Amino acid sequence: MDSTVATEENVWGGGNRPLGASYGKLMMWFFLVSDALTFSGFLASYGFSRFKFIETWPIADEVFTHVPFFHGNYPMIYVAFMTFILIMSSVTMVLAVDAGHKMKKNAVIWYMFLTIIGGAIFVGSQAWEWATFISGDYGAVETKGGRILQFVNAETGKRAALADFAKTIPDERVEHNEPNGVWFEAEPYVPSYSVNEVMEGLKANPNIVIRTEAIHQEGEHEGHKTVLTREQSLEKIKESTMVVEGANLYRNEYGSRLFADFFFFITGFHGFHVFSGVVINIIIFFNVILGTYERRGHYEMVEKVGLYWHFVDLVWVFVFTFFYLV
Amino acid sequence: MAHGHKLEIFRGLLKFKSNTQKIWGVLIFLTVVTAIEVALGIIKPRALTHSHFLGMKLLNWIFIALTLVKAYYIAWDFMHLRDEKSSLRRAIVWTPIFLVAYLVFILLFEADYVYNVYRDGFVKWDF
Repeated sequence: MDSTVATEENVWGGGNRPLGASYGKLMMWFFLVSDALTFSGFLASYGFSRFKFIETWPIADEVFTHVPFFHGNYPMIYVAFMTFILIMSSVTMVLAVDAGHKMKKNAVIWYMFLTIIGGAIFVGSQAWEWATFISGDYGAVETKGGRILQFVNAETGKRAALADFAKTIPDERVEHNEPNGVWFEAEPYVPSYSVNEVMEGLKANPNIVIRTEAIHQEGEHEGHKTVLTREQSLEKIKESTMVVEGANLYRNEYGSRLFADFFFFITGFHGFHVFSGVVINIIIFFNVILGTYERRGHYEMVEKVGLYWHFVDLVWVFVFTFFYLV
Repeated sequence: MAHGHKLEIFRGLLKFKSNTQKIWGVLIFLTVVTAIEVALGIIKPRALTHSHFLGMKLLNWIFIALTLVKAYYIAWDFMHLRDEKSSLRRAIVWTPIFLVAYLVFILLFEADYVYNVYRDGFVKWDF
């Protein structure tokens, strides 16, 4: 495809392509292989932490249950949609590469455009997923030992939000805001309920019990989190030290702290790849419109960004499996 | 590249007429595999979550196998490794596979050991 390449076939004279791929494409593959190793390192360390806390790791199905514009409990549906969007945008990318081989400029432009739209939808979805994860939905309390205690309704077996049962005790402290202080600094964040309010609420509501992080390893409830009896719950709540709502890098209401850390880190790193992929696609998109590759005589550049784009899709397939399915 | 696209997948079981057709065919296949994964993830058949192989649930092994299948078709057909020289393909594929398998083996064994220390080694963590 390179018309400028010399025809001499001697090994050290240059112009020799034993792998049948151009320099640029080979370098893209070099990068992708090393990037694949980086991602593998992250996912392997996720596996390490998970195997280490195998009995207490949060269950993904109970964490990612939301779909935008729909109320209710729909585990997996939205991530499945995101996966499909990314595979779809991969398809339009190959179609762009294919059209490039046939030198059909307008087809390349349209397929690149669709690819960019797909990427943008994916990044947007991921932002939404993060926002939902960070704001949390039920709330929990943390014990002295850093364990998370969640609440369930003993009758229905459904999760109970703090707002459903916590008592409002007047005369509790209020959040310190910027205008009230000597220093112009606001307090980071005060949870909606204090530990005291949660404790009193638990005592007052006989149908609320505590669910701990521990997963049953055998027996009838294997694979489910342990639910305490009413007596055990009243005993356990005494160990609580703070109220946790949503997730941050220190703690999260879903369970193990490392879970949120890895979630932010790995999906964040992947999201950054998608974002940079979109930016690179946009650059190439304009180059195609300007006719750069038409003049150059080939669309190999589209093929190279295509490789990067498919790689992002490839990584997502693994992230999807290890974060949401397994 | 006056491309000689290889137009057959599933070891020649399915042969497409053009490259574009093959791309759509692969998309359908990947979508079906993803749908199976999601369905299994939602239903979680008891037979698969309560039987284990090498210390992991059978269901998880199925997920990992399906993931590798998807990865194969993305790399082979979307990243057109199928059309590259076999020397290039092998260099790209086996290097990471070897290194990752090595790393995962070491880390997971170590993690399991740490887990056992936590469980049996008089370490109190639930308080």
